[in-house]
Amino acid sequence: MGGRDATMVLLDENGIRCDGRKIDETRKIMIKAGVLKNADGSAYIEFGDNKILVGIFGPRDVHPKHMSDTDTGILRVRYHMEPFSVSERKNPAPSRREIEISKVIKEALEPAVILEKFPRTAVDVFIEVFQADGGSRCAALSAASVALADAGIPMRDMVAACASGKVADTIVLDVNNEEDQAGQADMPIGYMPNLKKITLLQLDGILTPEEYKKCVEVGVNGCKIVYELQKKALTDKYFGNGSD
Amino acid sequence: MASHSVIDELKKTQILELLDQEKRVDGRALDEPREISIETNAVPKANGSAKVRLGDTEVLCGVKIQPDRPFPDMGDKGIFICTAELLPLSHPSVETGPPQPHVIELARVVDRGIRESHMIDLSQLVIEKGKSVVGVFSDIVVIDYDGNLFDACSYAATAALLTSTTPKWTMVDDKPTIVNGEEIPLPTTTIPVSVTMGKIGNHIIVDPNGDEWDSMDARITITTNSDGNICALQKGGNDGFTQEEVVQCGEISVRVGAKIREKLKEAQQGSR
Repeated sequence: MGGRDATMVLLDENGIRCDGRKIDETRKIMIKAGVLKNADGSAYIEFGDNKILVGIFGPRDVHPKHMSDTDTGILRVRYHMEPFSVSERKNPAPSRREIEISKVIKEALEPAVILEKFPRTAVDVFIEVFQADGGSRCAALSAASVALADAGIPMRDMVAACASGKVADTIVLDVNNEEDQAGQADMPIGYMPNLKKITLLQLDGILTPEEYKKCVEVGVNGCKIVYELQKKALTDKYFGNGSD
Repeated sequence: MASHSVIDELKKTQILELLDQEKRVDGRALDEPREISIETNAVPKANGSAKVRLGDTEVLCGVKIQPDRPFPDMGDKGIFICTAELLPLSHPSVETGPPQPHVIELARVVDRGIRESHMIDLSQLVIEKGKSVVGVFSDIVVIDYDGNLFDACSYAATAALLTSTTPKWTMVDDKPTIVNGEEIPLPTTTIPVSVTMGKIGNHIIVDPNGDEWDSMDARITITTNSDGNICALQKGGNDGFTQEEVVQCGEISVRVGAKIREKLKEAQQGSR
């Protein structure tokens, strides 16, 4: 994804990054809840250049039937990128990367949702990436949490997500596409801010133990910023001034 | 999409009773399409893109343009490929997996409307004859469903193509290589517009919404070009049209299509 410019300065002497941000600053984030007519819940997120739509259906009957669980409802997640979402046209069939991301997002959401009350049903989370930038899994996870809340699924907490990473020997918040390509480490984090639990954690790249600790700390702080925007999206929809 | 959802018998009866008084459930005239909104450049990473809302039906088309091998015996022409997909978040009945026949039909009808109108000047999209040509991929995804995907997808694809820009390639060491410089607009010759009409009882209605779509006996999609000529047609559904009805539908498609073409032109000019 995206070309790599060898001459690009990732971090200048004033601590300003290639897109003008400070090291502890996220890209521009916009979240909107309840954007679809047919889905039971939905959310749209713009996170930097990421443009991602999430729709929720359920709790509903499980097909195929053998997937159902008599003790609890099940969560199913599909993370899917459109062919035009990246620089080189992506084959529309699901890639191994998309299958893996679907799985880690599902496992990040599972601790938050209370599906025991809906045995033999499924809640389907459909994530559609219209445009991908760095950190699309975090943006997708954040939007999926808002969409689940919008669908009225009982939840223990929201899951907010943001990545941290190492760029030009410095730990920074919210790694963008250029930094991901040219940087040294990328650590996506999903976090339940009230229960204080990390539910998604991955790492690509090398960090010293000190850097590792710092990276988690910076990432969790990013999640808290995202959490405020998630709450705002839901408040705007349900307690807004009637504009929506 | 008739098999998509079960429609209430009461609703169906209401639609029919209203039509007998020349009225529709949402208050439109019989030959009146729903409100159309077109947002171009919705996906800046694509070479061209458009998000189209037709009432509560919403679709997104992204165009990718990249070098490809020509089709056999078509070495002097670029490639155009159009796909369509119903995203599972668009409707509770949509399942993931291999495309259903009605979705394949959808993609092919949209493809045919654009191809048969010769909208894209494929002869200008040759890098080296017989060896390398420019491929134009128009991928459409359905975001939200409320009937008449044929027209929504067709307008999205057309708007995306009208606002697409393409780099130029030349052969260097037997490989297509981008020539540095400004991107040029994709060469187009005409603006195809499809108009889909449903038949309910003896009534012909333009742009059926979701409930009307599920009540239809038959449908017809007619695509016209900028000269007001008909360039593609597809009939569907379990009933037939009389010869008079087919002629009538042709007239409607030219008349209604002309107004929609103005909207597409506006979208094209607005993006420049």
